[in-house]
Amino acid sequence: MKKALVSIAFGLTASLFATGASAQATLNSVKQKGFLTCGSNTGLAGFGVPDAQGNWTGLDVDLCRAIAAAIFDDPTKVRYIPLAAKDRFTALQSGEVDVLSRNSTHTMSRDTQLGLDFPTINYYDGQGFMVRKSLGVSSAKELDGASICTQQGTTTELNLADYFRANNMKYEVVAFATSDETFKAYDSGRCDAFTTDASGLYAERLRASAPDDHVVLPEIISKEPLGPAVRHGDDQWADIVRWTHNAMLNAEELGVTKANVDQMKTSENPEIKRLLGSEGKFGEAIGLTNDWAYRIIKNVGNYGEIFEANVGEGSRLKIKRGQNALWTKGGLQYGIPIR
Amino acid sequence: MSTTVDMFRYVRDENVEASPPPNLARGPIAWMRENLFSGPFNTILTLVVLYLLYVSIPPLVEFLFINAVWTGADRDACRAETAGHPVGACWAFVIDKINYFVYGSYPATERWRVDGFFALLAIGVVWLLWLRAPRRDLGAVYFFWLFPLLSYILLTGGNWDFRDSFWIGFIVFSILLVAGIALAARALKTSMRAGLIVGIGIVAVIGITLALVEIDWGLEHVPTALWGGILVTLLVATVGIVFSLPFGILLALGRRSKLPVVRLASVIFIEFVRGVPLITVLIMANTMLPLFLPGDMTVDRLARPLVGVAFFASAYMAEVVRGGLQAMPKGQYEGAMSLGLNYPQMMILIILPQALRIVIPGIVNTFIGLFKDTSLVAIVGIFDLVKTIEASRIDPNWAAPTISYTGYAFAAFFYFIFCWGMSRYSLGVERRLAAGQRH
Repeated sequence: MKKALVSIAFGLTASLFATGASAQATLNSVKQKGFLTCGSNTGLAGFGVPDAQGNWTGLDVDLCRAIAAAIFDDPTKVRYIPLAAKDRFTALQSGEVDVLSRNSTHTMSRDTQLGLDFPTINYYDGQGFMVRKSLGVSSAKELDGASICTQQGTTTELNLADYFRANNMKYEVVAFATSDETFKAYDSGRCDAFTTDASGLYAERLRASAPDDHVVLPEIISKEPLGPAVRHGDDQWADIVRWTHNAMLNAEELGVTKANVDQMKTSENPEIKRLLGSEGKFGEAIGLTNDWAYRIIKNVGNYGEIFEANVGEGSRLKIKRGQNALWTKGGLQYGIPIR
Repeated sequence: MSTTVDMFRYVRDENVEASPPPNLARGPIAWMRENLFSGPFNTILTLVVLYLLYVSIPPLVEFLFINAVWTGADRDACRAETAGHPVGACWAFVIDKINYFVYGSYPATERWRVDGFFALLAIGVVWLLWLRAPRRDLGAVYFFWLFPLLSYILLTGGNWDFRDSFWIGFIVFSILLVAGIALAARALKTSMRAGLIVGIGIVAVIGITLALVEIDWGLEHVPTALWGGILVTLLVATVGIVFSLPFGILLALGRRSKLPVVRLASVIFIEFVRGVPLITVLIMANTMLPLFLPGDMTVDRLARPLVGVAFFASAYMAEVVRGGLQAMPKGQYEGAMSLGLNYPQMMILIILPQALRIVIPGIVNTFIGLFKDTSLVAIVGIFDLVKTIEASRIDPNWAAPTISYTGYAFAAFFYFIFCWGMSRYSLGVERRLAAGQRH
């Protein structure tokens, strides 16, 4: 997310050498191998972390599990390749991973210059602020004159400058080399506010010496649409990834959950019928079976379920749905109709 | 005149007990005077050091042991406000995650195979390092051939699938190789029988290796993407050590060879590898290599850094060994030649044993450096011990202020124990080998 420039430089070099891997039908090669290779984060709370037994969990990981469920009816047929930020795109270009589900920001340059496609957005993130409750601040607009801890040389620092200049406010930046140091400094009272991506704020707050003393401000000052990426040129594969996410969104909207999906199969609602494959041949159109969405929901769950389990109320992070709520509830997640 | 003189004799038949030295010249006080406060400068130094110890040791002990939390299921155990007392190191976190730190994502039901690898490694290390172990020559064969082979089969599952045509090709290749070596031996006017034995030996080793790898042992295949933790750290270090010593010796000999092609090749290799940082090698191997290979061909993600580390360590080892070779007086070479020994005999019997002894500290130094450098593989997304700790410490279930410190302290203990052990062992060996050299 932050090291965009480096990745772009790598990516440009990479696209010069990119081989014919992208021209192959990814779906066929995945079926042939018998498993999906998924580029995952090397460790980001709520999105891709290993549990005590070394199994990967998280929102991004669940997307890979959902794709595997749609193809194989078995969410465990995924091989995770943890990728550092700097080699994530080359790993995708070189065919090492079939899909990159690793909180990558969808930007125009990445979409157009790296030979990648971002089929969908599975998490809307953005830069936010955390302050101490005792400061008595309820909006970022009241941060005039505050000292703010941030990480050096990141887009976070630039966004911060833009935001304060646009709102004609003064601030003092206190920058550190690593995110760890930055948060330690804030926690020890070195600055008034701490800024990073909103999802990161919740994770860091848990590590604070007194988590309840801190509050995340409502303003989001930058756009970080995070989504899975696939190689450019394999439209069928991009469709599968896009519709996997959309199936989970539609399921949430229609009230189809992991628990009730079997009863829902007999529902008379035409939208549910189309989703679960008892009407139409939507699965076959993307090279899968018609019960593809049923498999996803049965094995993994709908979007609301995986959100709550990994980053929402069911997890330690307790991130609010916010922008990631369904469009019917004021959010940005809009399930494209299956028809 | 009497022959006996009766007079009072005073002959003491035991020594007078020495009177004790003055109080100021003995005991701890004298020792302190001599060693700690022997002058104004030393006194100041001592006081400064004592102060530093006073400042650092008690908080450290307090953090690591006294305030440490040993049991608990999640973050609540390691947070001061829920635990109800100040919290130091959260060892409960390490205990909870220990399986992940040791095995990475290796499937839980197959972890006995990793334990087997550790046992094989321990056998090899003890066999080679314990100086009175029986048949240490066989130990070397075990460590440099059988152990890597068995570990490979154990960890990955083996069960390669060669086609019949491969074996036919292999047989043809073997015959050519044996014939070639025999002819070369003849051309060099050495014993043809020795040449045949060497040739057949090489072919047998390669053949057995391939055959063992092909056999289906009934072990489930475990892809290297699942390996992690201490398994990977020890694996990378072992591969580096097992490969670097023999290759380093060959490179060092090559660099001092009279054959220009061999010499040039060795010099180029050594200087090139030494001239590039390990990180660059790793990033090249992991990020750039896949782009140069055809789309359907991939080299295993773990194998890439392994090869990189092995090359890197070999180049450094070569320079260490070359130092030893250069320290050998010319007379040793001439003496060996005057006995009629040929080049391999001279090197194996006379030069290398002496040269290697001189450079034991250098070799161990390289090994220790290599052992710690293995943590660099984390940069290219390989989950070694440090990386597994870094991935675990952000787990929201264990989010607490001291988790990161605890994780790194655990890594520090691990690395320290291994490196300190290596260093102590090398000191012992040096002392033992130097016994005959002391004057």
